[in-house]
Amino acid sequence: MTTKNAELPGFDPKQAMVRKPRSPLYDAWIILLQNKVAVGSGIFLILLVLAAIFAPFIAPQGIDVQNLPDNYKQPSFIDPTSPYLLGADRFGRDVLTRVIYGARVSLSVAIVASAVSLSIGLIYGLVSGFFGGSVDNVMMRVVDILYAFPFLIFVILLQVYFKAVANRGGGAIVQPLIKLDRQMGGMLFIFIAIGALNWIGMARIARGQVLSYKEKEFIEGARMIGASDMRIIFRHLLPNILGPCIVSETLAIPGYIFTEAFLSFIGLGVNAPTPSWGIMINEGYRAIRSHPHVLWPPAIALVVTTLAFNFLGDGLRDAFDPRMKGTF
Amino acid sequence: MTRYIIRRILQFIPVLLAVTLSTFVLVRIIPGGPFDRVGDRTLPPEIVANLEAKYGLDKPVWQQYLLYLWNLLRFDLGPSFSYRTQTVNDLIRESLPISAHLGIMALALGLLIGIPAGAIAALRQNGPLDFGTTFIAILGQSIPNIVMGPLLIWIFALKLNLLPVARWEGPKYWILPAVALGTGLSAGVARLTRGSLLQVVQEDYIRTARAKGLREMIVIARHALKNSMIPVVTVLGPMFAGVLTGTFTIEIIFGIPGLGRHFVNSIGNRDYPVVMGTTLVYALAIIVANLLVDISYAWLDPRIRYA
Repeated sequence: MTTKNAELPGFDPKQAMVRKPRSPLYDAWIILLQNKVAVGSGIFLILLVLAAIFAPFIAPQGIDVQNLPDNYKQPSFIDPTSPYLLGADRFGRDVLTRVIYGARVSLSVAIVASAVSLSIGLIYGLVSGFFGGSVDNVMMRVVDILYAFPFLIFVILLQVYFKAVANRGGGAIVQPLIKLDRQMGGMLFIFIAIGALNWIGMARIARGQVLSYKEKEFIEGARMIGASDMRIIFRHLLPNILGPCIVSETLAIPGYIFTEAFLSFIGLGVNAPTPSWGIMINEGYRAIRSHPHVLWPPAIALVVTTLAFNFLGDGLRDAFDPRMKGTF
Repeated sequence: MTRYIIRRILQFIPVLLAVTLSTFVLVRIIPGGPFDRVGDRTLPPEIVANLEAKYGLDKPVWQQYLLYLWNLLRFDLGPSFSYRTQTVNDLIRESLPISAHLGIMALALGLLIGIPAGAIAALRQNGPLDFGTTFIAILGQSIPNIVMGPLLIWIFALKLNLLPVARWEGPKYWILPAVALGTGLSAGVARLTRGSLLQVVQEDYIRTARAKGLREMIVIARHALKNSMIPVVTVLGPMFAGVLTGTFTIEIIFGIPGLGRHFVNSIGNRDYPVVMGTTLVYALAIIVANLLVDISYAWLDPRIRYA
């Protein structure tokens, strides 16, 4: 059979043997680049990240510069005498400035929470699926129990705990954490609270993927030539299961952003005066009768950012699994 | 089937134990106690001690936990610390129906809009109707409750003056909260239905149904749509958990006296029994919903059998 192939014009068996196999990730990347909406969303998100990083250079003002006489000033496109492009809030702070800085919180939560969830979930799922047997049984029983937990309630409880500890001071062990949290404007504890339970779905997906690849020939082949468990897991399984995991993680990001915004909305989010879109939406909602213009900028920012993550996630899913194109 | 259900119900026990234990520990390690202050005044330590003795808070914590479990077996969730005249059972009996009402209306709205919208999009695949529906659905999924609530209030209550801004006093008051909670759900259901239906219509049994001359309506409604509901039902469990979360936000925004508001207030007041009771109700709701989802698979897909 092989001789037949070798006779094909232009076929060099030697070259075929050494050609580096293209990784599934690279294949997906090529397909993703053809999806205009996804690429547009990706570019928007990169610009947003840059705006968040360089906020001090872009924003017209500092985040807590108050001009009390200017409180609830209209945006300059409605009231030409107003110096504020998007208006001012109840303390006369520039809304545009606070929206730009607010991107820092939402994007940090998106990145850190998904990184935490992806790494814990992947490792948990890989170990559980790969070793199987009683290890798998115990690990999945734990996941089953956690799955029934009312997730938001525990995030709220954790966050109340962290806030109370941060205000009253805790034991010597948590002191450095409290300090770090204060420097981050209260974001650290939100990362922990959101990341603490969100890896469960990821663990299930990763385990399912491992189970479907574990018995494939190439894994058996690797085992036969004497590859270690670690090598099989990281060199052969991981690149193959990474795709679906990244997709579902990207699609989970809007949920993290919503959770942070909700926590900030009910006053359990970042510390004042750090601006978060959730806090700003709450302030706008309180003034909705008299000054609705304060509500819209952070609300639109939140929706557009979420939309971009959703489009990007969709594009990624289509890229990793073209059969699923247009589904879900 | 009966044996399967019984086994699943027995599995509730470790889950509920884990939920009570972790809530119990978490609530107790939060600094501050339930009797730190009454209004703006702080209480003298002797009175605090008396109050704590009255509610058994002076006992060792493990004894308190066991006592809580013992009372739980008799469906006694204990007294509320901050609503002195009511027990936790009273509070739940009052507020749970409101939250459940809101949640069920939103869920029904989500399914009633989402399934037809998704089916229409799938049947007109790649047409303008499909792209329109899909875009609106993705947009709907990208609007969080904390934005949707104020947006609806602003349009329908403040600008158009059609509906009340807040509270929960009759059908007129139900509309905005239910819509605010239901739109996000319908968006998710629509996308899932569309994707699932697109896969099902390629199956052999659909070709068979068409070949034997059934009308297209019947093929879609009876053969395709029913089978395409399986993935939709799969997410109904997590979606139900999402509705619970959503009722939280919506209850706060619209000032609805449901379970979510009690929960948020009770944490602030360190009202331990109310926190425990509401958390338990939520956890129970989630696991019962998941069980119902698993049972409904068997009905939707006869190939699935539980032993």
